[in-house]
Amino acid sequence: MAVTVKIPAQLRAVTGGEGEVAVEGGTVGEALDAVFDEHEELRARITEDGTLRRFVNVYVAGEDIRFQDGLDTQISDGDEVTILPAVAGG
Amino acid sequence: MAVEGLQCKECGTAYPLDARYVCEECFGPLEVVYDHSGLEPAETRRKIQAGSHSIWRYADFLPFEGGPPPTRTALEPGLTPLVKADRLAERIGLGELWVKNDAANPTHSFKDRVVGVAVAKARELGFQTLACASTGNLANAVAAHAAAAGLDSYVFVPSDLEEQKLLATGVYGTRLVGVKGTYDEVNRLCTELADARPWAFANVNLRPYYSEGSKTVAYEIAEQLGWSVPDRVVCPIASGSLFTRIGRGFEEWIELGLIEGTLPAFSGAQAEGCGPVAEAYGQGWEICKPVRPDTIAKSLAIGDPADGPYALELARRTGGEVEAVTDDEIRDGIRLLAETTGIFTETAGGVTVATLRKLAESGRIDRSERVVAVITGEGLKTLDATREGFEMAEIEPSVPAFEAEAEVAPATAA
Repeated sequence: MAVTVKIPAQLRAVTGGEGEVAVEGGTVGEALDAVFDEHEELRARITEDGTLRRFVNVYVAGEDIRFQDGLDTQISDGDEVTILPAVAGG
Repeated sequence: MAVEGLQCKECGTAYPLDARYVCEECFGPLEVVYDHSGLEPAETRRKIQAGSHSIWRYADFLPFEGGPPPTRTALEPGLTPLVKADRLAERIGLGELWVKNDAANPTHSFKDRVVGVAVAKARELGFQTLACASTGNLANAVAAHAAAAGLDSYVFVPSDLEEQKLLATGVYGTRLVGVKGTYDEVNRLCTELADARPWAFANVNLRPYYSEGSKTVAYEIAEQLGWSVPDRVVCPIASGSLFTRIGRGFEEWIELGLIEGTLPAFSGAQAEGCGPVAEAYGQGWEICKPVRPDTIAKSLAIGDPADGPYALELARRTGGEVEAVTDDEIRDGIRLLAETTGIFTETAGGVTVATLRKLAESGRIDRSERVVAVITGEGLKTLDATREGFEMAEIEPSVPAFEAEAEVAPATAA
């Protein structure tokens, strides 16, 4: 599946300013791994021991993956996977 | 100069005092750090007492360089009443109970404290537009404070919010945006917008400053109790920012010697229809599992609380707890507070009172404790919650009609 992963402003120093990365993957985890293959430094910033850090939220087509299957959430062709800080609001 | 910079709460990375809220290294939240070395407690207490009748008397503990911000608005938050609530204490079996009535703020909720700080910071940083993601009270405050400061504003809320809160926001001439979704979806949208718009989002890119305003609740309680610390604070939890910052306020002053004693026990109050922190507390989890809110306490309807882990940590560390109550208990809580103190609170206050009652009646609060319940907002904002529970007697305009249909028999002497 070809999907777009949206990178928040706080991480763009690591992606050379890119706000979107086009990758292939069948699940959120696979898509993120494909992003890390391109930008290795991102891995440590948003994951720890293979899981998302606790202040990182990931959405597929606007839906929080914690309401779905987490990193195993299936993605469809053309989906947008959005990484956002979890420390806003309230 | 007391304020030093921003620092990641998780990994300690330091950042300058600009509009940012998240650590680029680990995505942890940023908070303001201060240097209070050389602070002399007695002199500081005197300075505070001689200060203005608002949160700005605590300016040395707020994130501004060189005293109170010169560009304050006409809406002065804080110094709300701390009321001894003897009849409420008696009804629920407590010894000493105080109610911090933060409905008595300019826009009738504690949000004036945080927005007062955020607006001043937005102007200091040169922003022209203020914005927020809100469950209602923040919407009112941002719209009003932006109007008072002559800033443009955008206010994003769930579109199904209580009508009172929509009206009390729109009146200020803000750009009010009702988002078809939950608060958490509004918050996600604003987090994305904050990336690409040159706006000061009070609770996104200004959140480290904004949340500092909540510490003033603790400062006021301490000052109003004669520079002392209560044994327990009962406070509602939505994102957990108010709850944890009240903790930080007491902690700061204890560390600096402005007050003596130990940190109060922190009891958090949530609605069962949106109680991710209460659930995590009960299950022994360190982080919260997000929920889809379904409760009349819309101002607390945050299913994915940003400060959830810190709220859990504070409750556990201080010997408190986080408890949740039903919508019916919330309605009863609103009435109980009104009948025993004369204070009319919104649903969030109903959550606090219902939780207080639950803890008191199950013996989890000892009669010897000095307890403070934090009432965060005004009852006129959530009128639907009070439609039931009383009757109006409707009569012809005559004395016999009154006597027959409406007069309550006087209590007979025992």
